[in-house]
Amino acid sequence: MWDYTDKVRDHFFNPRNVGEIENPDGVGEVGSLACGDALKLMFKLNENGRIKDAKFKTFGCASAIATSSVLTEMIKGKTLEEAAKVTNRDIADYLGGLPEQKMHCSVMGREALEAAIENYRTGGKKKHELEGKIVCTCFGVTEKEVKRVIRENNLTTVEQVTNYCKAGGGCGGCQGEIEKIIDRIQGDKAKEKQAAVPKRAGKLTNIQKIQLIQQTINEQIRPALRAHGGNIELMDVDGNKVIVAFRGMCAQCRLTEFTIKDVVEAKLREFVGGELFVEEDKDSAQEPHNHRQ
Amino acid sequence: MKTIYFDNNATTKMAPEVLEEIEPFFCELYGNPSSMHTFGGQIGHKIRHAREQVAELLGCEPSEIIFTGGGTESDNAAIKGTLAAVPDKRKVITTRVEHPAVLAVCRDLENHGYTVVEIGVDKYGRLDLAELEEQIDDDTAIVTIMYANNETGVIFPIERIAELVTSRDVVFHTDAVQVVSKIPLNLSRCSIDLLSLSGHKLHGPKGVGALYVRKGTRLSPYMLGGHQEGGRRAGTENVPGIIGLGKACELAAENIEEENRKVKHLRDKLESAILKKCPDCRLNGDRDNRLPNTSNISFEYIEGEAILLLLDRQGICASSGSACTSGSLEPSHVLRAMGVPFTAAHGSIRFSLSRYNTEEEVDYTIEKMPQIVNRLRELSPFVAK
Repeated sequence: MWDYTDKVRDHFFNPRNVGEIENPDGVGEVGSLACGDALKLMFKLNENGRIKDAKFKTFGCASAIATSSVLTEMIKGKTLEEAAKVTNRDIADYLGGLPEQKMHCSVMGREALEAAIENYRTGGKKKHELEGKIVCTCFGVTEKEVKRVIRENNLTTVEQVTNYCKAGGGCGGCQGEIEKIIDRIQGDKAKEKQAAVPKRAGKLTNIQKIQLIQQTINEQIRPALRAHGGNIELMDVDGNKVIVAFRGMCAQCRLTEFTIKDVVEAKLREFVGGELFVEEDKDSAQEPHNHRQ
Repeated sequence: MKTIYFDNNATTKMAPEVLEEIEPFFCELYGNPSSMHTFGGQIGHKIRHAREQVAELLGCEPSEIIFTGGGTESDNAAIKGTLAAVPDKRKVITTRVEHPAVLAVCRDLENHGYTVVEIGVDKYGRLDLAELEEQIDDDTAIVTIMYANNETGVIFPIERIAELVTSRDVVFHTDAVQVVSKIPLNLSRCSIDLLSLSGHKLHGPKGVGALYVRKGTRLSPYMLGGHQEGGRRAGTENVPGIIGLGKACELAAENIEEENRKVKHLRDKLESAILKKCPDCRLNGDRDNRLPNTSNISFEYIEGEAILLLLDRQGICASSGSACTSGSLEPSHVLRAMGVPFTAAHGSIRFSLSRYNTEEEVDYTIEKMPQIVNRLRELSPFVAK
């Protein structure tokens, strides 16, 4: 059971400002049914440019609902310049804190607020749009957003980043990339805490090389394939040739040669050595059978 | 406020008869069953009796029962103990909907050079037996498939599967923690080699379970350091736990059919009323082929944790396959394997009943559930006014 503060419980059981505003000045929408939470925030300004009324509708867990509720309370009476300064930290603090795994709810609140202000200023899209390079394809999180939660919340581990913006929480395939972003931003601070990832090695013995290839497959490649019902097996290593077999969904996928093999090769080159190349062991592949829908 | 406990697939209330039975073994009768003196030795008789009680419920020989520390230990022991006994075979077959006590063990094996195949299920949670048959080969060491699913209650045709697997000279294990005491079993008449059960799922104590090992099945000892449990699971016995498990099995055997008829009636009443009174909800699983006590319902447009907390405020205990309740970000692997849309998986609630539930509790929940669903739908941006 989650350890929610009294304030979270209060705002969940008695949410304030639920509903929609007629002819709102700004509307912001974030999240989706598939992601497990979504928030629609709207506000109306008074003649002095201050937020006169704010309302929300939320699909999500108790902390998502409580976060939305306090957010509407927090921004009422503020000018848009003041409201734009509200960070996810502020929202979480106002609630007396959130469990670490629920911090993404506070980030969702801040994103919805930004989208609503943007909607007012440009009259443009209400939907929170993804800009720039996407890091986490499972939850649609951009590099920009990952960097931002790291900076604003002083995050130093992948797990924290997942807690704050969900990135890395699906198939796990982007965790290596998140690690690197943390590294770039936090520098030495992150190094002290970060968990062991396969380090790009210098000169390896054959045994070390094979072990590192297996480790990279186990930690960096298999989780991503698993998320799509597939799997990979390391068959053999012959010099720089890495022979693998694809299982499950991957084995039947006609695109194997162009997609998965390239991904595997890229990961192995990144974590083990640039001279490696991948070959698929077709003989051991399974008989194709139907994709279940 | 009265607690209405509809979470019996998570754990159950210990039967008062079990408590009465085990109490003396904490204080007065604390002897070690391995001792030479009468004070300890008498405990050995009690453990023998408990073993007989468990065997009676399963329809097997007492010598085929190993007492363990619970269902998870039984699963670990079955899989790893079998693989250790047949080191030349490197393939393991399981399903995508197993409990983590099996699934996590299998996925770990993958990192140690084993090939693991996970058989899929259809949208009703039913296994693809053709795929299973196709996958069994000379390299297969063990097939491990749960008897019934803990989240949906869907029952697999385990006797048929056991026949299929063992006829190919492969060891067959089933995790039956949700089944023992809910479905009558007779292991002497079927081909299951290994079967796991857990005490606290059948109104017995926590921290105790058993592994059925068919006579002649090769299983490496997995806990060394003593002669207990035939040397396969060493360590001084959890005496109160084992005696409690025995008693719980005896109680279960006494009125398994009558109890389950009653539980099924309550479950069906609860389920059909909720499905009728709440719009936009769906049943997850195979309606006609389920445990008598389990119902898994998805409520569209709302999220499971929020439902659970509102139920909790009414004193009603249930569980959910939503992402938020687990602390992970993705909903239940079982519902995903069934292809339940994410939108429905996030709003799934599992009610699991027991013989201690009453008609009044069901009526009360039927009254509260639509209010809770409506309340959250009023908050949801996906429901049009």
